[in-house]
Amino acid sequence: MLALSSDIPTWAHRLPAGRKFAALFGASLAIALARSLPVQGAILVAAVALYLSCGPAFARAGLRALRGLAVIAALIGAWHWLMGAPETAALIVLRLLSAVALANFVTMTTRLEEITALVDRALAALRTPAVLRRRLALAIALTIRFVPVLSDKATRLTEAWRARSPRRASFRIVLPMAIMAIDDAEQVAEALRARGGV
Amino acid sequence: MERSIALIALFAALIGALALLPGLTLGFGVPITAQTLGVMLCGTVLGARKGALAVLLYLLLIAIGLPIAANGGAGLGVFARPSVGYLVGFPVGAFVIGLVSSRFANPMGFWPATLAALVGGLVVINVFGIIGMWIKLDVTLPVAIGYAAPFMPGDVIKAVAAGAITAALWKARPGLAAQRG
Repeated sequence: MLALSSDIPTWAHRLPAGRKFAALFGASLAIALARSLPVQGAILVAAVALYLSCGPAFARAGLRALRGLAVIAALIGAWHWLMGAPETAALIVLRLLSAVALANFVTMTTRLEEITALVDRALAALRTPAVLRRRLALAIALTIRFVPVLSDKATRLTEAWRARSPRRASFRIVLPMAIMAIDDAEQVAEALRARGGV
Repeated sequence: MERSIALIALFAALIGALALLPGLTLGFGVPITAQTLGVMLCGTVLGARKGALAVLLYLLLIAIGLPIAANGGAGLGVFARPSVGYLVGFPVGAFVIGLVSSRFANPMGFWPATLAALVGGLVVINVFGIIGMWIKLDVTLPVAIGYAAPFMPGDVIKAVAAGAITAALWKARPGLAAQRG
């Protein structure tokens, strides 16, 4: 449940994760370096075409993920426009939209396990010792497991606060959350040691 | 070792859970949430090295697609936004917070933790954030500082909150001070 990757199967899901990340790296570099408006426009059109090639439902999900950014891009564009630099305005808006859209596309079409496997392979290629890679994998798994646990705790604390006070809970719920994180860490460490350690 | 890994992982999860608390986004794309408070706590509670590692783990999990960035953002796209400078500043900030607070005899006391959170959280993270917007948005430096300024009072409040929470944690779990580093 805790992942951005899309459940709608597309052709892009079948591509190897390594190739997608390499392509994204190349595209991001081109977006950062190109100063010509037609080139940036073409990149954005290509990004839109990528989304559309995966079907309307997928494209809608992609659009939803970009909604917050569109507002920001509009504000920044308006600012540069008012400062008398419409070309800079267009360039920045195009750059922001394509960079984030392409990155989201890769994230949406790659399953979490594939990405963690890719990280592990990359670290192995960089000659990271196997012990360190195992520890990282363990830490990743623990964090993925405990974000929903702590989030749920936060929701319940906020509700408990609301039931008793007309004011907002704000930072007061952070202390019990942190204590819970520390105590859970202690128990997880115990369990790991009991299973023979890392 | 098990304890270190568990604490680093749980504090990475804590930043994520704090970032998901409902907050608000002011103009120019820098959301204000309790996320920075989580980063500050990593430095004040875990210390420089472990605190920075917890923040790096949090960033890695955003990059691989968990929706745990501010307001539920996820994936590599988060790093293409104008607020990327803040993300880069987070681990550095946590490291500096750990370093500064460890200069004191009682690193988890209210004043050392608050002071460290101000130096690492308010100053270091904002410097990175401003440089990020300066580059990404193609504006002059004073304009970038102007974009960052509205969030700074919030950062001061968060630093004081981090100090108070750290002192309370120290009282509740005195053993924590021994594992810092």
